[in-house]
Amino acid sequence: MTVKDILETLEWGPAPESDKFAREWLDEHGPDFGMYINGSWVKPKNGENFETHNPATGELLGTISQAGKTEVDSAVAAARAALPGWSSSPGHVRARYLYAIARQVQKHHRLLAVIETLDNGKPIRETRDADVPLVARHFYHHAGWAQLFDETFPGYGPVGVCGQVIPWNFPLLMLAWKIAPALAAGNTVVLKPAEFTSISALAFAAICDSIGLPPGVVNIVTGDGLTGACITEHEDIDKVAFTGSTEVGRIIRKATAGTGKGLTLELGGKSPFIVFEDADIDSAVEGLVNAIWFNQGQVCCAGSRLLVQESISEVFHDKLRARMSKLRIGNPMDKAVDMGAIVDESQRKTIADLCQLGCDEGGAMWQPDTEIPDTGCFFPPTLFTNVSPSSTIVQEEIFGPVLVALTFRTHKEAIALANNTRYGLAGSVWSQDIDTALEVARSIRAGAIWVNCTNQFDANAGFGGYRESGFGREGGREGMFAYMRPINKLAEVANTSNSGSNSSPSESGAESIDRTSKMYIGGKQKRPDGGYTLDINGPNGPVGEVGRGNRKDIRDAVEAACGATKWANVNAHSRAQVLYYIAENLEQRSSEYAARLSSMTGCSDEDAANEVSDSVAEWFRWAAWCDKYDGAVHETTMHGLVLAVNEALGVVGVTCPNQRPLHGFTRLVAPLLAMGNAVVAIPSENYPLSATDLYQVLETSDLPGGVLNIVTGIHSEFVGDLAAHDGVDSMWVGAGDIAEVQIASVTNMKRVWKANAGASDAEMLRQATHVKNIWLPHGV
Amino acid sequence: MAVGNRNEGTPLDLDLINKIQVNRSALERRAASLPKRRAVKKDWQVAWMLQAIRCIDLTTLAGDDTPQRVVRLAQKAIRPVRTDLLSALDLDVNTVHCASVCVYHSMVASVAKALDGSPVGTCAVSTGFPAGHIPHPQKLEQIEASVAAGATEIDIVVSRQNVLRGDWQALYDEVKDFRASCGDAHLKTILATGELASLKQVAQASQVCMAAGADFIKTSTGKESVNATLPVGIVMARAVRDYYVRTGQKVGFKPAGGISKAKVAVAWLAMMKEELGDEWMQPELFRIGASSLLGDIERQLEFHLSGHYSAANRHPMA
Repeated sequence: MTVKDILETLEWGPAPESDKFAREWLDEHGPDFGMYINGSWVKPKNGENFETHNPATGELLGTISQAGKTEVDSAVAAARAALPGWSSSPGHVRARYLYAIARQVQKHHRLLAVIETLDNGKPIRETRDADVPLVARHFYHHAGWAQLFDETFPGYGPVGVCGQVIPWNFPLLMLAWKIAPALAAGNTVVLKPAEFTSISALAFAAICDSIGLPPGVVNIVTGDGLTGACITEHEDIDKVAFTGSTEVGRIIRKATAGTGKGLTLELGGKSPFIVFEDADIDSAVEGLVNAIWFNQGQVCCAGSRLLVQESISEVFHDKLRARMSKLRIGNPMDKAVDMGAIVDESQRKTIADLCQLGCDEGGAMWQPDTEIPDTGCFFPPTLFTNVSPSSTIVQEEIFGPVLVALTFRTHKEAIALANNTRYGLAGSVWSQDIDTALEVARSIRAGAIWVNCTNQFDANAGFGGYRESGFGREGGREGMFAYMRPINKLAEVANTSNSGSNSSPSESGAESIDRTSKMYIGGKQKRPDGGYTLDINGPNGPVGEVGRGNRKDIRDAVEAACGATKWANVNAHSRAQVLYYIAENLEQRSSEYAARLSSMTGCSDEDAANEVSDSVAEWFRWAAWCDKYDGAVHETTMHGLVLAVNEALGVVGVTCPNQRPLHGFTRLVAPLLAMGNAVVAIPSENYPLSATDLYQVLETSDLPGGVLNIVTGIHSEFVGDLAAHDGVDSMWVGAGDIAEVQIASVTNMKRVWKANAGASDAEMLRQATHVKNIWLPHGV
Repeated sequence: MAVGNRNEGTPLDLDLINKIQVNRSALERRAASLPKRRAVKKDWQVAWMLQAIRCIDLTTLAGDDTPQRVVRLAQKAIRPVRTDLLSALDLDVNTVHCASVCVYHSMVASVAKALDGSPVGTCAVSTGFPAGHIPHPQKLEQIEASVAAGATEIDIVVSRQNVLRGDWQALYDEVKDFRASCGDAHLKTILATGELASLKQVAQASQVCMAAGADFIKTSTGKESVNATLPVGIVMARAVRDYYVRTGQKVGFKPAGGISKAKVAVAWLAMMKEELGDEWMQPELFRIGASSLLGDIERQLEFHLSGHYSAANRHPMA
């Protein structure tokens, strides 16, 4: 084609990025890639390996080592050995290493971008302009946290050896998100990149090597899911961090349950992209391009569910189709290509199958008449209309360039549709009306909300989900907590019953007793569903009765709590007033409560009086906190405000300890209420009467019905039902077997905390809330 | 210069104007990413740069313009690129010329005479350019005088006060009068976007001017402190697109001021292709108001052909 010809057609020409230097690098380090363990390059003992290909061309790039148990063991051992030195090195020293990594990433940014595109198939424009700059930014930012660690996070230290398993969609960026905060906080890591995309992690290992990072601080092992399981199940790993599918996240949750390992999961999504009639429609269409056709839609927070107000839906869909027709699909090494290759044929087939299912269920599929390469693994941008929330493809994550389009009539309906999902990773709201935008941003249950923008990321803004999208945050101050744990905390409050007294509840005897404590559900005293009652025995015999709760009582309590989540919208001042009022009313009856405590537990009158006054003080404390746990405004690279808002978790189930039963109950329940959660509380198994007595206080203290529900009985008979309930957003395990709760929690991947009355207020507040980041860009 | 079918305008629909929404930060992001998404290289870059030349309204709007100076400019517009460079590309010397020469009224007759018989248009800035603060009847007289002197294209300035005060009816009436005074000459309406309050006003003013019969909408006079920026350009291109979808009438777009580098001109062409389509990359529907851009393109063309960087003195000046 000559210039003369082009002058006629004015077409886009090829704009290829050179792969010369990346080829040289691959030749030098490959084609048989080793792993980076304890500061050396090693090959697996049994010589097992697998091939890695360029998905855009099918070309073989090299073979990757398959790590087995032996290699994982040696990597974990290396990380363990390196831990004391690394974690005790001054923050400034860690900062210098992280800074050196950041500088190296910057200096080799084009090489890393090209390697990533060759291995993953995503456009060079994205690896060059998004992935790699974000990687450098992440290490710079976290060099800062390492430097400021002692001042910023007093009372916290590293978790220990971290096992990290990352996905193939942003190979190097996900590595950065995992390794940077871990190292900043003084942890050492064993990281496994995804099977499809191992090479950039090995290039990163070469960087660690070149800057002289102490051996064992970062270990990169390669392999498939079996290798991943070796890591997540390894007994000498203190914390597991995983990004990937919700399905695998569930397996990991089960595998780590009860092991005491820390866990953060960043999982799937089906994020809403909501366009109101007063939006800048053309900009919203363009936003959608970045939402669902960024990285071929293989993005966990992809705006894959389009919700458009009915009044503009036709215009919007027309403009969208026109825009889709302009997308260029092809060689990802071309700088002017919008969509590259799907990472692997297996993934492409999954996408195609889901599209077929969408059609079979009556959806209208539209794809532009765009040229697509004959070879390589490509899938066109796809729009589904004529679908509804009951369509499979509206509920399931497709993880490909497929958008499903729904319409809505009102704000309320938009919010309801947006939240009609198991996931809660992100959301995008388009409206020029600040009133609408903020209302909807606050109402979507997701960790990141982008107002009039989408897919904005920054090292200083935590990223992570609600619901089945996982828990924990990556980035910013909130992300650092995923790699820290409190040190020198108060001795853990023992959760044991007072020995010596006949204090376990027992089947109710024939002898009749005055006071019958019912359960407290939905603001009303309720008889136990099963119709059975338990005796509560003090050291001197029976002191009262409580209902013997069962799964139906749990069902009713959760139902009541779900109906009371608007408590989160009650302003903090009003919540504080209610909590103060509880304290006031409790104090009025302090002698009665003290008598109850001593009769139940056999403690001295003085101890009983102290426990009551401590409990009154506790209600005061959390009343005080109501309006003082501020969020933040993050400084990011975007022009605008990024508001980190501490939001209530929703419905929280909490099991309370026997130790100091009234205080223990208060210490766990009050912070949850202060932060706006609705609570289903299971009081001390042995001494529940202080809690059941409390409902008389609650009733006189203006606490709305359903905000605090109390179910009594034998914990083991129903706590599993509570932990498994999909309507419960989080569990605080203050008593009983945490493993059981962790395993049961996989139903909706709820956050589980081993609650402890001895935890600091700061830790309580953090555990009682989610951080939602609301991105509000503005013009320059 | 042949210009496409004319825009006949539509009645003013205030409801439509009032519903227009534009989000500035989203436009800034789009403008930042678009040139990175759409690079053209090698032969394609050469062709696109030649196309940019074809779209240039070669402009001089200086106090010291003289008849002989503008004649030099006119001759440059007819033969903007060295013949040997075109020959090396197997292009006929007549293939590439600028779209028009753009001057003040007092220079129109000289330019028209110099361009007589050439395909290059004669363009006059008018209506009290650049600020537009002269009485309305005088504006109409000025247009008519320029047309009588040989102008084939009239670049008018809108009364910014009508836009800033949201008096869309007044803006519509004003532009409609201008259009009537143009007769067969084509009307370009300069919004002076650097003096408007917001991108939303840019979009609104664009729609009003098109409804009033503008053949082109144009960003700037080149005299404001901020002239053609890509976010403004995208807003105006989208306005043209919406107007076309709604009425079936094609209106052209002309960014002016500050476009002095070949690379930037190519980015504007890419924006037109992306937001509007190939037809809007032709001089019938796309112009670039520029004075020094041509010189940079000439040097870039020679670099592509020779493989070494060129210097200004090697290309004939205007």
